[in-house]
Amino acid sequence: MTGRRLALVLLVAALAGCDQKMADQPRYDPLEASSEFPDGMSARTPVAGTVARDADLSATPTAMPFPVTMKLLQRGRERFDIFCAPCHSVAGDGDGIVVERGFPAPPTYHQPALRAASDRHIYDVITDGYGAMYSYAARVPPADRWAIVAYVRALQYARNAPVAELPAQLRARLDGEAGG
Amino acid sequence: MPQIFHRSANGIARFVLWGAQVAFLLVILVWTGLVRSEFFTEVARAPRQPVPFSHRHHVGELGIDCRYCHGGVETSASAGLPATEVCMTCHSQIWTNADMLAPVRESLASGEPLRWQRVHGLPDFVYFNHAIHIHKGVACETCHGDVDDMPLMMRAHSLTMGWCLSCHRDPEPNLRPPAEVFAMHWKPPEDIERVRKSLIDVLGIDTATMTDCYVCHR
Ligand code: HEC
Ligand code: HEC
Ligand code: HEC
Ligand code: HEC
Ligand code: HEC
Ligand code: HEC
Repeated sequence: MTGRRLALVLLVAALAGCDQKMADQPRYDPLEASSEFPDGMSARTPVAGTVARDADLSATPTAMPFPVTMKLLQRGRERFDIFCAPCHSVAGDGDGIVVERGFPAPPTYHQPALRAASDRHIYDVITDGYGAMYSYAARVPPADRWAIVAYVRALQYARNAPVAELPAQLRARLDGEAGG
Repeated sequence: MPQIFHRSANGIARFVLWGAQVAFLLVILVWTGLVRSEFFTEVARAPRQPVPFSHRHHVGELGIDCRYCHGGVETSASAGLPATEVCMTCHSQIWTNADMLAPVRESLASGEPLRWQRVHGLPDFVYFNHAIHIHKGVACETCHGDVDDMPLMMRAHSLTMGWCLSCHRDPEPNLRPPAEVFAMHWKPPEDIERVRKSLIDVLGIDTATMTDCYVCHR
């Protein structure tokens, strides 16, 4: 009898020691530190030269590979405003807020040299960086880079669009503003 | 036989018996209050960070978009924190000698990431996903508060199950057009009631299943 009772007490005590750790399970969360590796990261970077299974191995196109649609331009505008506008400004003049705070000023997109530059040149600047500008390849995937290129082209065109090509509504507004 | 206890012992015994029960109730009350309090849910506390990174400065004053630094937020469960290179896109040229930024420069040189102290964290038995909330019109501001006013990052809400459910039971009053989810201090337009009603349909939000346990515990 006392033996059974003792066993019961021990069992309860043992159960209390059972900690299932449901709140902190033996797996890594994103960004969690690890003591297994010297640099402390649980997320490992692939070995240099690794090719992803679904990687696109075809050569980078030399010109815009997509039809330039309104959708592409809107995507380009969104990505440009996130990643480029802090320095290049939303209009591409190269006087963004970070430049106001002391960052070396980038050239304006509206100078002849950059108007004449190829689509591929702008794409490559985003991919590899240029002088003081770092590479944006890690945060801007190739499709988005082309969308940004299309939008930069639109910004450049906007300064040089012939008045005759404007839609009637915009032209009326322009005439009104010029007149008034 | 003489009495062992004095008459007054009756009072003491009663006091102890009742007192123990009252104390027990009090402990339960205080405890349930405490675990929901800001002290336990870590609301409005800013942990010490390796670099005193200020969202007020970078988001509020410079107006940098969340996605410049938290790139995963639209496409994955985790919003992600910026790599050291991301800080260096700007700080390679400005504030290059600031002591405050010494850990960032060391991290770039050594390849060892900065060890940010996590401000938000759910237990491992809860599944959370940023991308779906962003695409279904729930704003950063709704869950993280006025980030652009925070000199140091802190929690704006408790992240308890009750808090998640308070929205999952009735998401409509918390929705915005998905294009506005990154905006801070957003002012709803006049016809917001109508917009929110239509968002439920347009975005295909299935309000019937949102409180099922398996949504968050899978
Ligand atoms: C942190 C500031 C910063 C950001 C953000 C930035 N740039 Fe730049 N960019 C510069 C600077 C500075 C230069 C000039 C570099 C030099 O001449 O050393 C430059 C130059 C350029 C040039 C001109 C290259 C040439 O041939 O003269 C292009 C095109 C360009 N950037 C595109 C972009 C695009 C597209 C993005 C967004 C994906 C972007 N930049 C984001 C700072 C920035
Ligand atoms: C210039 C880069 C940058 C920008 C822009 C930025 N953040 Fe952050 N954010 C960080 C860094 C670095 C941390 C980690 C340090 C900390 O917690 O303060 C962080 C942490 C956070 C955290 C807490 C993460 C945790 O530990 O749980 C939240 C929430 C957050 N940011 C939200 C936002 C929101 C919302 C925006 C846009 C309004 C934004 N951030 C814009 C760099 C940035
Ligand atoms: C898009 C550009 C940009 C990026 C990216 C950026 N910063 Fe800054 N940061 C600035 C500017 C501009 C200032 C100073 C502005 C001024 O002079 O008032 C600054 C100031 C600071 C300061 C000191 C000023 C203060 O009061 O906070 C710290 C610390 C800092 N940044 C940390 C970081 C860290 C850490 C990261 C990476 C997560 C980062 N920054 C990313 C532009 C940037
Ligand atoms: C529905 C509420 C909700 C919304 C909306 C939301 N977050 Fe979060 N966020 C959370 C929760 C909960 C966590 C903690 C996640 C965890 O521990 O797994 C978190 C964590 C984070 C972190 C820390 C890193 C990580 O991914 O765990 C960052 C950074 C962050 N959020 C940024 C943002 C930004 C930027 C936005 C807007 C684009 C946003 N969040 C929108 C609830 C939200
Ligand atoms: C302000 C409102 C709000 C808050 C707060 C909120 N959610 Fe949500 N959540 C939503 C909406 C809206 C959806 C989209 C539901 C749908 O599409 O049917 C959603 C969807 C989800 C989904 C995906 C459901 C699926 O079908 O896969 C998960 C998981 C989730 N939420 C977890 C959480 C957790 C965990 C918390 C608390 C940390 C939380 N949410 C807080 C509004 C919210
Ligand atoms: C919208 C997301 C969501 C849904 C739906 C949800 N939970 Fe939770 N649950 C949470 C979160 C978040 C926590 C962690 C709270 C904390 O850390 O304080 C949690 C914690 C718990 C816990 C652990 C409490 C503790 O103190 O450890 C239990 C048990 C639980 N939930 C049961 C349920 C059951 C049963 C249902 C279905 C009726 C359910 N949950 C539905 C988000 C959810």
